[in-house]
Amino acid sequence: MLDRREMMKRVGAGLAFGAMYGLSPLKAFARDSVTLPFDNGDRPLVKVPQKRMMIGQTSRPPQLETPFSVFDESVITPNDAFFVRYHLADVPLNIDPDTFTIEIKGKVDHPLKLSLKDIKKMKATEIVAVNQCSGNSRGFSNPRVAGGQSGNGAMGNARWRGVPLKAVLEQAGVQAGAKQVVFGGMDGPVSDKTPDFAKALDLDHARDGEVMLAYLMNGRDLPVLNGFPLRLVVPGYYGTYWVKHLNEITVIDSVYDNFWMKTAYRIPDNACACVEPGTAPKATVPINKFNVRSFITNVADGAKLKSGGKLLRGIAFDGGTGIKEVAVSTDGGKTWKTARLGRDYGKYSFREWRVPVKLTAGPHELKVRATSNGGQVQPAEATFNPAGYMRNVIETVRVTAA
Amino acid sequence: MTRSVLLALAGAIALAGGICAFTLTAAGAKPVSYKLPDETAEFKPGPNLDVVKNNCTACHSADYIQTQPRGPKFKKDFWQAEVNKMIKVYGAPIEEADIGKIVDYLAATY
Repeated sequence: MLDRREMMKRVGAGLAFGAMYGLSPLKAFARDSVTLPFDNGDRPLVKVPQKRMMIGQTSRPPQLETPFSVFDESVITPNDAFFVRYHLADVPLNIDPDTFTIEIKGKVDHPLKLSLKDIKKMKATEIVAVNQCSGNSRGFSNPRVAGGQSGNGAMGNARWRGVPLKAVLEQAGVQAGAKQVVFGGMDGPVSDKTPDFAKALDLDHARDGEVMLAYLMNGRDLPVLNGFPLRLVVPGYYGTYWVKHLNEITVIDSVYDNFWMKTAYRIPDNACACVEPGTAPKATVPINKFNVRSFITNVADGAKLKSGGKLLRGIAFDGGTGIKEVAVSTDGGKTWKTARLGRDYGKYSFREWRVPVKLTAGPHELKVRATSNGGQVQPAEATFNPAGYMRNVIETVRVTAA
Repeated sequence: MTRSVLLALAGAIALAGGICAFTLTAAGAKPVSYKLPDETAEFKPGPNLDVVKNNCTACHSADYIQTQPRGPKFKKDFWQAEVNKMIKVYGAPIEEADIGKIVDYLAATY
């Protein structure tokens, strides 16, 4: 199924395309594109190795968005459709899993250098967990803000297999006084003046038993662009912490204050993580857990449906309390009907839902609203923060029944 | 040869290689060699384009600019802030004399 909200536009006429961009027409051969439903939302559909056709947000550093129709195919997002987001252009393109090693160092009794084989010999665990970019849906921010202009497809749900970070830290022996654990990957900046990407978690979080060094994604090696051969999995937390190509773990006795922790990826320090547009937050904290979200996946905005019975379905998720309830409205939010939740793959997974509704002839505003077990409910109006993070407004799909 | 000419040349060569060039040369436990496809986004024609290409393309492709919000609120101040961020935060070695030229191009073209 192809979304109307990502309406395909065949640009067969290479000449016209070439003229528009001042390129040789060769380069523009029968290229497909999509239009994300916000201003300046045209994006090419691109094909890179190990991936199906993806929404090309940027090419270098690469950012690929999952076409939204994928979320209606299965509760697990296939590896070849999983979104990609890099900050820095020196992406590791030649990786030998036999010589790959990861270092565990800093405030530990026994600094370690583990090969992938060493890691795979340790007791493995599995978890189904959503990874979502902090800036997923930033293109919908009102007012618009600078940054990656994603639709709703910078998220995905996978079954991750690997070893708990806790076990690795225990093996290394964390010293008294340690405060945080810093994670670095093989990718890096083009210029040595650019701060290298590294993220930190508090020690208690790092050894909660759930944070994982994952080497399998949905039963297969991680795709290169999703962090092969090893990545950090931080269930319930935004993707910025899920360091790819993970090869460096450093235990420190301070609070890590590099650019990526101290300046970037900060949210207003209040309950809604929001401010009035045009104002600055009084205080900020590092972005952390997902807020609750839900989507209708089988009906696209602008769809024309037959009047009468229609089964609506979709997904919901939150930062790790699990989904308590999903309700759907066919009248713009005046009345709500509770959906039936699907199989529970764990509190960090997408939770499927479905609900039969009756659509009378005419226009309808379909809305979906999730409530988490932690009591969080999606807001009716979108909140705002200066970086365009954490959008979780109740989604609306406008359809006409006839 | 300037960097932009080199880039254009590299693009042309890769283009001649065709679509089949985007292959993964190894799988499984063997070394993986990955190739990203060529960049398709180009800077729009505009004033000081050469300055922009020489200063911006080392670190990122043109679509980082192309996809940003548009409209009257996203003109000179917006682009000045972005260029400042590139210099102060990401350490872009942009000469003082080029800053205004880059901002002018961005505000006039996008």
